[in-house]
Amino acid sequence: MRELAVSTITDTVAGMCEEANIYLGEDVSGALKRSLEVEESPTGKEVLKQLIDNLEIAKNEQIPICQDTGFAVFFVELGQEVHLTGGTLEEAINAGVKKGYTEGYLRKSIVEDPLYDRKNTGDNTPAVIYTAIVPGDKVKIAFAPKGGGSENMSAVKMLKPADGEEGLIDFVVNHVKTAGPNPCPPIVVGVGIGGTFDKVAVQAKKALFRPVGQPHPDSRFAALENKILDKINDLGVGPQGFGGRVFALAVHIETFPSHIASMAAAVNINCHACRHLEKII
Amino acid sequence: MEPKKIEAPLTDEAVLSLKTGDNVLINGVIYTARDAAHKKLVELMDQGESLPIDLQGQIIYYVGPTPAKPGQVIGSAGPTTSGRMDAYTPRMLEKGMKACIGKGLRNQTVKDALQQYKGLYLAAVGGAGALLSQKIKQSEVVAYPELGAEAIHRLEVEDFPATVINDAYGNDLYAEGAKAYAR
Repeated sequence: MRELAVSTITDTVAGMCEEANIYLGEDVSGALKRSLEVEESPTGKEVLKQLIDNLEIAKNEQIPICQDTGFAVFFVELGQEVHLTGGTLEEAINAGVKKGYTEGYLRKSIVEDPLYDRKNTGDNTPAVIYTAIVPGDKVKIAFAPKGGGSENMSAVKMLKPADGEEGLIDFVVNHVKTAGPNPCPPIVVGVGIGGTFDKVAVQAKKALFRPVGQPHPDSRFAALENKILDKINDLGVGPQGFGGRVFALAVHIETFPSHIASMAAAVNINCHACRHLEKII
Repeated sequence: MEPKKIEAPLTDEAVLSLKTGDNVLINGVIYTARDAAHKKLVELMDQGESLPIDLQGQIIYYVGPTPAKPGQVIGSAGPTTSGRMDAYTPRMLEKGMKACIGKGLRNQTVKDALQQYKGLYLAAVGGAGALLSQKIKQSEVVAYPELGAEAIHRLEVEDFPATVINDAYGNDLYAEGAKAYAR
């Protein structure tokens, strides 16, 4: 059994909060740069140039890429050979979020009571944490600060098995069309298919953690990702919705086995600041 | 197309000279307000009370910046989704606001009010918070400090870039732009 002090997790998480909000991964920045060659609209090109400049300024000035430094979302894989000491996993992650968001001058965007008082918790906690117990003696922490504007443009629909591929494509494309400029295009579209009402939403979220442009391992779903991406870009919505060819940078699908009566589907949208980071302790 | 320089606060003449799709560079003083500040302002209007800022001719920027680090004027400061302010915008225009800056779709009531009161809806590039922060030369909280990032700030801006989405003539870039590039 490997012993691991939870303070290590707290420190790692704090560092990840700052890093993810200031430096955009090369997967996303590369996709933005490539999109500049595809974009036909002059205004669209101008937007993409501003977004690329924005990444440089964030890096040089050590300032967040976007003022919405997000809800802190974690997927944690805890090796079953690891014995955490000095506290619980959840407390350690939240302590890391508090430290990272406070010391890193990140915006605190979480309110305690969602309906009535809506009083800010002051430290961006609690985080949303999904934990899986896995073989091994490592802890893998994946983190994404998820912006509210793009998160608001999400949906779950319980499709019928008979709706098939066409029904799924219609749902995703129509939903993204309705979202239009709101989620800060160019967007990354996370799609969940299968599972229950709750599971499919988590799958869509998980899809946003995948490096941008990395296709689904099953060639049928990889082809479907491309097909949906083309249809989305053919809407002409373009960067920021000003009109153009690049509405989305990528479509990522995550699947889960389904009940015989169901074909659950979910769409979770990320803005172009598709921030995600992974560390293994 | 070269961006047009405009001075804030705005005159009716300046508003009427701009069309959907125009890129502008804003110079002068603008004010921030988002969900919570709008709610408070409209409550004051309902009660017939005076407002903490004079809205006449003003540009309101929908933003909740990150905290400034020591030595910085302001943190990351890009626009937030405007649709959440739709319920309040006609009232703001009635009290003299001339333009608002945000990102994303507005409802028909807002578009009609922009025509009625001669106003503009501008979009700044969502998610370009670091770049936009460089255009803000001074920042000062002038109302509702208890709201933190949502407090009303007075900002002095230089060449702050934005695009006209809805002009005072009923045009809408979000509708027209997509039509031109759809296949």
